[in-house]
Amino acid sequence: MDINYTPEESAFRDEVRAFLNDKLPADISRKVKEHKRLGKEDTVRWQKILNEQGWLALHWPKEHGGTGWSPIQKHIFEEECAEAGAPTVLPFGVNMVAPVIIKFGTQEQKDYYLPRILRSDDWWCQGYSEPGAGSDLASLKTRAVREGDHYIVNGQKTWTTLGQHANMIFCLVRTDPDAKKQEGISFLLIDMEKSEGITVRPLITLDGEHEVNEVFFDNVKVPVENLVGEENKGWTCAKYLLTFERTGIAGVGSSKAALAHLKQVAREQQVNGKPLIEEPHFRARLADVEMELMSLEMTNLRTVAAAEAGGVPGAESSFLKIMGTELRQEITDLFRRAAGPHALPFLPEELEGDFEGPYVGPEFAASVASRYFNFRKLSIFGGSNEIQKNIISKMILGL
Amino acid sequence: MDFKLSDEQRMLEETVGRLVRDTYTFDARNKILESEQGFSTDMWNQFAELGLLGVPFSEEAGGFNGGGPELMVVAEGFGRGLVVEPYLATVVLSGVLIDKLGDDAQKEQWLAAIIGGETRFALAAYEPRGRYDHTVVETSAKKDGDGYVISGEKAVVLHGDSADQLVVIARTGGDADARDGLSAFIVDANADGVTRKGYATIDGLHAAEITLSNVKVGGDALLGEEGKAIDALEATLDLGLITLCAEAAGAMEVACDQTLEYIKERQQFGVPIGKFQALQHRMVEMRMELEKVRSITMLAACSLDAPADLRKKRISAAKAQVGKSGRKVAEEAIQLFGGMGMMEETPVSHYAKRIVMIDHWFGDREYHLGILETLIDVDDHAA
Ligand SMILES: Cc1cc2nc3c(=O)[nH]c(=O)nc-3n(C[C@H](O)[C@H](O)[C@H](O)COP(=O)(O)OP(=O)(O)OC[C@H]3O[C@@H](n4cnc5c(N)ncnc54)[C@H](O)[C@@H]3O)c2cc1C
Ligand SMILES: Cc1cc2nc3c(=O)[nH]c(=O)nc-3n(C[C@H](O)[C@H](O)[C@H](O)COP(=O)(O)OP(=O)(O)OC[C@H]3O[C@@H](n4cnc5c(N)ncnc54)[C@H](O)[C@@H]3O)c2cc1C
Repeated sequence: MDINYTPEESAFRDEVRAFLNDKLPADISRKVKEHKRLGKEDTVRWQKILNEQGWLALHWPKEHGGTGWSPIQKHIFEEECAEAGAPTVLPFGVNMVAPVIIKFGTQEQKDYYLPRILRSDDWWCQGYSEPGAGSDLASLKTRAVREGDHYIVNGQKTWTTLGQHANMIFCLVRTDPDAKKQEGISFLLIDMEKSEGITVRPLITLDGEHEVNEVFFDNVKVPVENLVGEENKGWTCAKYLLTFERTGIAGVGSSKAALAHLKQVAREQQVNGKPLIEEPHFRARLADVEMELMSLEMTNLRTVAAAEAGGVPGAESSFLKIMGTELRQEITDLFRRAAGPHALPFLPEELEGDFEGPYVGPEFAASVASRYFNFRKLSIFGGSNEIQKNIISKMILGL
Repeated sequence: MDFKLSDEQRMLEETVGRLVRDTYTFDARNKILESEQGFSTDMWNQFAELGLLGVPFSEEAGGFNGGGPELMVVAEGFGRGLVVEPYLATVVLSGVLIDKLGDDAQKEQWLAAIIGGETRFALAAYEPRGRYDHTVVETSAKKDGDGYVISGEKAVVLHGDSADQLVVIARTGGDADARDGLSAFIVDANADGVTRKGYATIDGLHAAEITLSNVKVGGDALLGEEGKAIDALEATLDLGLITLCAEAAGAMEVACDQTLEYIKERQQFGVPIGKFQALQHRMVEMRMELEKVRSITMLAACSLDAPADLRKKRISAAKAQVGKSGRKVAEEAIQLFGGMGMMEETPVSHYAKRIVMIDHWFGDREYHLGILETLIDVDDHAA
């Protein structure tokens, strides 16, 4: 056992650091670090820079343009990116639909979609959840009926993250209503720009932001070539994708960066004429978060290392999802506490990238309450934490 | 011991309950939130007509002669409807302080205007450097002929943006953190030298950062004796804390009820999600937190006449419990609603926001635990 990074791994970290130092645009990292709103342009600009370097597709095989990195390298990369304030890569294309296309797609689909994903030509969104099908995803009702060389799609998807920017959506649709629920589902790629009959409506979350949408399909014609895998075998694709959705779910890099920021804030904020970081209650909770983060990081590394051969972790990723999201939520709780009364003002304009001030409270306080409420989503989406526990009970504990 | 409400208290509870049920619907409240001042003047006038604006004041002053339990009953009702009108700021924090410190003329003038609904107040006490500590006051009031000149900064003044009058806590003597030397002044919110930066708060209320630069007031603006406001201020803030705890209890009750109803209705995997034992136990825990908050709020509300140390101990305990239990109830409510809990259109998300953010008004869990720690040796049976 040796928990130290090898010289090669350390050299890799230096390389990543140098790259970020050199190529990460300062205006973007400033927004990320100060928790300002990021626009579509910011994400796309950064993805293009990553792609130029060949570092966008972390999880793809090398022959399709992936990095071929080891799990440890990916971990180092994610940690460095978070620390430098790089925006999160939009996961829906590169980390979700692409692995499915690589595994189940036709040669034509691979040739067409993968380069477009690498170039950020398409903005993808995920059409899984429906009003009646959340945790019970397999009960989804959106119908696709084959008519000649098309499917006709009718139904509704919901909670579609950043669907307002998207031109492509991958959907789970029901192609056989008579089969057992998991067996009549297919995986369809739908062009949202060119198809007629698609309506996207905003949903506003409790922090007042527009991040999710409802997507309605009214007799939408989708070419048969857009089916991935076999008809009625979409559940296999769906499950395969979910394992990718949960890679990096531990969010160790972003928790580390957030904790470092939190400590800095706690050193600057004064309580009773002393830095907040010296206030015993706050300090005890910081120490507790440190402890949890150490445990999480090692659990994450153990899990990814064990999966080194197999590519992605299995049911163990459910542990990471729960531990990681609870920790990130706890850190947002401490941020709001650090802000004290100035967590209260709700001034969405202070979150704009070009806001020049003056801020009503300390600058960091502008986003803390919103982020605390927004981060409640972490334990709900990507398979809620209760569902993760059900998976662990069944798959790991055999209950 | 008797936990039953008196007839008068029950009447008060029914009055508020009916008003909230009939007029303070989710849609009506959303309209109020969208308005610029952030509350409804109509609603305020109804409070006045129903006598609610006089609850804590003496009968001679035209009030209801209510104490902790009466305010608790009113605030619980407001909490159930997430009422956003400046009741706490005007009636409790400012009105009660005027009642405690003011002379007959001041009381006659200002309490009548509060009870009648004509004048709204805000208490400008806390400052940026003090965070939750009301004794950290750098705002100064210097003698100037018969009157005073006041200068300083006040942070997150609840309803400070719309108030007609302010009760400003300023230092007339002593060091920046001293308990002695604090005085209370009535200051016209639109006076020369008063600058207000108003804003909405994330829990649906309004507040303001207020700067006072060389604001001139007459000698009759001083409430009570110069430099001796601290005891009355603390007794008033304690009443404010009770009000907040009761509001939290009311809001938590609704959050629990709405969550319970939702998990009975929402179907996944062919059954209502409330059939999953994992969620049943979570729901039970939410209810336990609610019961704790209800109980400790009653204790606090009935402790106003206890010796100051015991009163403070219980009230800080109540506020700390609200911070702890409120977070749990709010987070669990959102979680059990799933994606729907994250939506602005779902009422429970508004309850969650208010419940969590109550922790940030007038001292959070850690702040009040800190006070409690200094009072562990105060005998709880002393009363
Ligand atoms: C901000 C946000 C972004 C999202 N983005 C997307 C997206 O881009 N694409 C997409 O397809 N979906 C997206 N989702 C949807 C997300 O995947 C669902 O919200 C999630 O699957 C939960 O489903 P639900 O909301 O219907 O809750 P429900 O399934 O109704 O669950 C409600 C509660 O019941 C619990 N529960 C359910 N079943 C069980 C059980 N068997 N045992 C114990 N507890 C149970 C849940 O854990 C939860 O606490 C997003 C959601 C949010 C909040
Ligand atoms: C110190 C002690 C004193 C006792 N005194 C008395 C007494 O005076 N009179 C008397 O009659 N009995 C007494 N008992 C027995 C006690 O009532 C039983 O231990 C108890 O009912 C649990 O039953 P069990 O031990 O068979 O555990 P089990 O019923 O086998 O339970 C094992 C575990 O599973 C959990 N569990 C069981 N069913 C469920 C469910 N449906 N949902 C979720 N979790 C579940 C339990 O909570 C427990 O954690 C005593 C026990 C102890 C330890």
